[in-house]
Amino acid sequence: MATVTTSIARPRPQTQAGVGQRITTAWKQIRHSWQLYVLLALPLAWLLVFAYYPMYGAQIAFRDFLPGKAILASEWVGLANFERFFASPMFERLIKNTLVLSVYSLVVGFPIPILLALSLNQLQTGLFKRTVQMVSYAPYFISTVVMVGMLLQFLDLRRGPVNLIVQALGGTPVLFMGSAELFPSIYVWSGVWQYTGFSTIIYLAALTTIDPALHEAAVVDGANRLQRMWHIDLPGILPVMVTLFILNMGQMLNIGFEKTYLMQNELNLATSEVISTYVYKTGLAGGVANFSYAAAIGLFNSVIGLILLVSANWASQRVTQKSLF
Amino acid sequence: MTPITIASIKPKNRIRETGVDRVFTIVNYTVLTIFLVLIIYPLIFVMSSSLSDGSAVISGRVILWPVNFSTLAYEKVFSYPRIWSGYGNSLFYAVVGTLVNVTMTLLAAFPLSRRDLFGKNIFLALFLFTMFFNGGLIPTYLLVRDLGLRNTQWALIIPQALSVWNLLIAITFVRTSIPHELLEASQLDGCSDFNYFVRILLPLSTPLIAVLSLFYAIGHWNQFFAALLYLTNKDLFPLQIILRDILISSNVDLSMVEDIKIMAAREALRELLKYALIVVASVPVLIIYPFAQRYFVKGIMLGSVKG
Repeated sequence: MATVTTSIARPRPQTQAGVGQRITTAWKQIRHSWQLYVLLALPLAWLLVFAYYPMYGAQIAFRDFLPGKAILASEWVGLANFERFFASPMFERLIKNTLVLSVYSLVVGFPIPILLALSLNQLQTGLFKRTVQMVSYAPYFISTVVMVGMLLQFLDLRRGPVNLIVQALGGTPVLFMGSAELFPSIYVWSGVWQYTGFSTIIYLAALTTIDPALHEAAVVDGANRLQRMWHIDLPGILPVMVTLFILNMGQMLNIGFEKTYLMQNELNLATSEVISTYVYKTGLAGGVANFSYAAAIGLFNSVIGLILLVSANWASQRVTQKSLF
Repeated sequence: MTPITIASIKPKNRIRETGVDRVFTIVNYTVLTIFLVLIIYPLIFVMSSSLSDGSAVISGRVILWPVNFSTLAYEKVFSYPRIWSGYGNSLFYAVVGTLVNVTMTLLAAFPLSRRDLFGKNIFLALFLFTMFFNGGLIPTYLLVRDLGLRNTQWALIIPQALSVWNLLIAITFVRTSIPHELLEASQLDGCSDFNYFVRILLPLSTPLIAVLSLFYAIGHWNQFFAALLYLTNKDLFPLQIILRDILISSNVDLSMVEDIKIMAAREALRELLKYALIVVASVPVLIIYPFAQRYFVKGIMLGSVKG
């Protein structure tokens, strides 16, 4: 396409600004498309300020930062904040809670949308299929606050419908929201309710790209639906699965702050305190704002997240020859 | 050589659909129906409870449809001034925030989608890296504080002015949906990049703008964390903070129900109010949802192309 353009452009250079248009040096190239850089300037400036400056500011994790003082004027304490975190009794608990929630979410939340997509894909386009899709996407749009509000309503000890059913069946009411033991399950399964439908979209899109000839050939060869699903559909969406799995790995330690924080109470704190909520509490919500210590925990979280992402990417490159970058 | 299509196979297939396939189809429909019920039941329950009589709700008599139909809860919800201020604020954040978001996303997406932009890969890498690594909560908070944005409406708008994920969707859209020939043709006619952006790209990007607006607007409407972090002034609180206070912290302002003297009735009304609030808070999103659905699907697909 580009060669066509230049061959058209060449015969009438007079319409353009001059002969110097055919540019080789970078500077001229930049000057030529200066308007593009003007358009990019604002978003780029925003990115540097709101995404990269905080990375620079993260060095307070290595300092004894006091509010009101400049970052560079604060005393450099090296890894002291990190050592304090690793030595604190909270360290083990936070890591354990965070990992339990993310591994549980991944084990349950990763395959279910795939199964749903494969199953929906077997249906012919029609009212039933459209209804299932439409309804299953809907919970995605409910805000986290409302989601947790609904959980509290449904699981209420005395008035919640779930406990009313339990009582009607002769059981004793369960204090769902006040149970550290049940917290991970409530967290994960309510997430399944909210996000499964929406997560299928990407797999359904991938399924539409599978060549129908494969299915036709398989039918001729006598393959049943289950076999076609296993040997055609599943390999067809494997690249998407790998991509999403790697992305999920990178998010392993980033248990959503909002939902965990909103679901927390004194009684379930033993399993519901995760890194992000602890950073918020020590750094901003506590009586004494301990910026440096909280920033160290946050930075630790970010770095581990990056390491997990890169390793998942590397492992996937090794095993499936597919990777993100 | 006539190609074998699904249609031509179907009759034969139907006859052959015995054993495994038939069982599979039955199981498939059953499982999907159960799934459908599980997803939709809580939604119907909330709706029905909010339209029922309070005593029916707390005694568990509401099962599927409203019992002793009443709109009392809604009357009470709408007579609560904090709900209105929260609604107004959330609307402001959603409208102004989305405007800023879409503008920023388009401004970045156009240059970054140009393959001839010098330094494009560096810029793209700069944006992409922030998806996987960030400075963390505390440094971001300190920045917002030092910029004097705390307790201003801008605290909920400027720090979230751009989402890299949505930027990727926009770049993919410009690269795949807008013919490259348009750019070449307009350049031949002496059209500047600014002009091309305003006169050609923007009018052709309406589906993209719809997708972006929807993603961003829903994000703003449901936003809770930024308000929790940056706002202490009650007049600026978005709806989600007020919802948190009522639904989760259970701080129901008794002035809201002052005309009710009896404890049991008050408690019943409190439960009713919560259900009505859930509905009221989700209505704006649920109203646009049926129209928006295909755009959402489209947006997700655009995002998946890039990966």
